Amino acid sequence: MKLIAETLSVMRGDRMVVTQLTFAVDGGEALTLTGPNGAGKTTVIRTIAGLLRPAGGQIRLEGAQPDRTPSEECHYVGHLNGVKASLTVEENATFWSRYLGGAAADIEAALATFGLGSAREVPAGYLSAGQRRRLALARLLLAKRPIWLLDEPTVSLDQASQAMLTKVVDTHLAGGGLVIAATHAPLGFAGSRELQLGAAALAA
Amino acid sequence: MTPFRELLSRELAIAWKDGSSIGVALGFYLIVITMLPLGLGPDLNLLARIAPGLLWVALLLSALLSLGRLFESDLEDGSLEVFATGPLPLEAVAAVKSLAHWLTTGLPLALLAPALGLLLNLPPEAYTVLVATMLIGTPAISFVGGIGAALTLRTRRGGLLLALLMLPLFVPTLIFGISAISAALTNSEAYGPSLLILAAISLASVALAPVATGAALRLQLQ
Repeated sequence: MKLIAETLSVMRGDRMVVTQLTFAVDGGEALTLTGPNGAGKTTVIRTIAGLLRPAGGQIRLEGAQPDRTPSEECHYVGHLNGVKASLTVEENATFWSRYLGGAAADIEAALATFGLGSAREVPAGYLSAGQRRRLALARLLLAKRPIWLLDEPTVSLDQASQAMLTKVVDTHLAGGGLVIAATHAPLGFAGSRELQLGAAALAA
Repeated sequence: MTPFRELLSRELAIAWKDGSSIGVALGFYLIVITMLPLGLGPDLNLLARIAPGLLWVALLLSALLSLGRLFESDLEDGSLEVFATGPLPLEAVAAVKSLAHWLTTGLPLALLAPALGLLLNLPPEAYTVLVATMLIGTPAISFVGGIGAALTLRTRRGGLLLALLMLPLFVPTLIFGISAISAALTNSEAYGPSLLILAAISLASVALAPVATGAALRLQLQ
């Protein structure tokens, strides 16, 4: 599978945040978007997820089933976690797993991978910011989707959890998945390319 | 069908655990109806005559209380963004959320209404039709109201704006709901047409409103 963005332009308000951006990400590849605040990292990721409509250009998939759009093939983990405070950790995970069409067997493994196995019965409202972040990231493992869109995935994660995330991402890449991440801190994904955004856009 | 069912049961579980929206709507309905006789005085004939209108207007206002929060928590915690990349189109998500709102607000309010009818001296022959009009009419409130809830999602004090936008749209439901009850009070056969129109309004809302709500949600995510 290959994700291709061609001459992508996106407006926010009346400002062109992303202008004529072209890139391609192959299966097994990670692309990290870097750049100063306001450079358009989140905008690019939200556009791929289908939340924003591009003002010009297009995003397409090669090697996917023909009727699938990128947004149906991707996991989007943005700044917000998508975690319901009144449901327990397990209820949150079970809901997303069933809703996104995952296998019930993966729920326990996903929670264990992100170190939430012992917090299963705790209402998510009582979790710390880092734990809530890990619950959001566990969604990546609950249902299998080839494209992972991660917006500042390491925010409020401790060192051990960051290493955990790197390991999970590397496994995903080794299995032929692709990852696009916006970040300020180096994430250390195996074989990741960097795309520097923003210098031109901010100067314009 | 699985995502549809899962989303519905999640909505019901959250409504049950939080509890506040059901409780507030029922409590508000109860208090408004109990206070009305105090304000209007103990004229039983007057109360019986205006009871259908009072019960319906108070029900609309009670249902409106929780409508403003229909999509708010999902926007704030990011669930809405995940829904947008999920298996259901946002139109279907909107339909499920409206259905859940009806099950947790419209339905309990409609079932509470006959008990409150007693407080207003509503004549006994009106109760069946009262509950029927409310069961048939309230889905329109939840589904049409969903449009307003989605449109006012990012507005500060969206609740007041929601009331201004949505209450006029509930006028047809109100008119035919009350006219069915009044008809049942004067002539036991004549409430049929009003009930049918009420059902038509609700069915049209259930079919059409989610499309508008979905479009409004998509705009809010931009």
